[in-house]
Amino acid sequence: MTLDWKLGGLLLGVVFFLAVLLVKPIGVSTQFVILDGIIGDAVNSELVTKTDEGYTSTNAYLAKSGGKYAKSVANPLNYSFVFVLAMMAGAFLSNMAKGGLSAQERSMPQIWRNSFGDTPMKRYAVVFASGFIVLYGARLAGGCTSGHMMSGMMQTALSGYIFAAGAFAAAVPVAILMYRKEN
Amino acid sequence: MSLVLAIVIGAAFGAVLDRIGATSPNWIGKMLALTNLHLMKTILLAIGTGSVLMFAGQMAGLVDVGHMSVKAAYAGVFIGGLMLGAGWAAAGYCPGTGVCAAASGRKDAWVFIAGGLLGAAAYMVTYPAWKASGLLDNIAGGKVTLGTVPGSKFDGLMAMSGDLLGIILGAAFIAIAFILPERIGGGGVAVAAE
Repeated sequence: MTLDWKLGGLLLGVVFFLAVLLVKPIGVSTQFVILDGIIGDAVNSELVTKTDEGYTSTNAYLAKSGGKYAKSVANPLNYSFVFVLAMMAGAFLSNMAKGGLSAQERSMPQIWRNSFGDTPMKRYAVVFASGFIVLYGARLAGGCTSGHMMSGMMQTALSGYIFAAGAFAAAVPVAILMYRKEN
Repeated sequence: MSLVLAIVIGAAFGAVLDRIGATSPNWIGKMLALTNLHLMKTILLAIGTGSVLMFAGQMAGLVDVGHMSVKAAYAGVFIGGLMLGAGWAAAGYCPGTGVCAAASGRKDAWVFIAGGLLGAAAYMVTYPAWKASGLLDNIAGGKVTLGTVPGSKFDGLMAMSGDLLGIILGAAFIAIAFILPERIGGGGVAVAAE
């Protein structure tokens, strides 16, 4: 069961507020880049290197803005990276506390079965491709649903509104085409 | 100290995302296909609540304006938004809810993360081409808020008080959350609210 929207929305809003009050606005998608950097640096230690002023990288994206991403790659125990790990722990515990998911849901969601049947490979192929364009798009945009849409619009950032307009302009038609079938 | 806050706020965020249904593609899909807007109402109320608390706190001097972090506006924000939106609808996951869904045992969400890591890596490699294209160049001043927030390092698009505008827009988000029906079109009979 999900929380009533009035309680759920209030709780979610308070979490976003507490993040700004105590530290900084919430964002997630950058950490996919940081994890890529960590993996890349483990394979090829030349990827991220220490300089006199901080860190830099042979990859232009990791090196941009004075090497702030390179610095996070070199120091994974930073606020934003640990934040995402903690999100996973919080979701895991919350889900366990309400009894966990059914085996069916763990394999794929009901809404997918309604439209496309229950072949796992079909679902996985679509989800893999989706993950690719979601993170490619998020990095191109400079943020995702949490950083741009929630944190951004909450701060009245122009970029948050531009992002939300783009996201819903694509998401609603795609969802209507794929998931209008309700059972 | 900052790591303790990361753990506490991060865990709270993950738990709330789980409880409002945001980690379930079933709820995301119904929201985006407009057949059940319960989650949309939740998100709108959350943005409004966060906005009102933050800007009222800043006006009262209780919230440090220096904590605001506004992202730049450029053409790529819209293009990236379109891409994210398409994948968000198809999979039912966005980056934050995807990692939470994976942690709650959804196997397909782990596949989403794998695709995401490859997509992020592809962007890292192709970044110089985007940079050269000019689509990452600031528009309308780049890192701007709609109003001008006193004491903030970000410019305002309009001269009016950014704090006041933030509270007004926050209230508007809350009002829309209440006004929005449970579903739009299709299905014939409307589902009674609660």
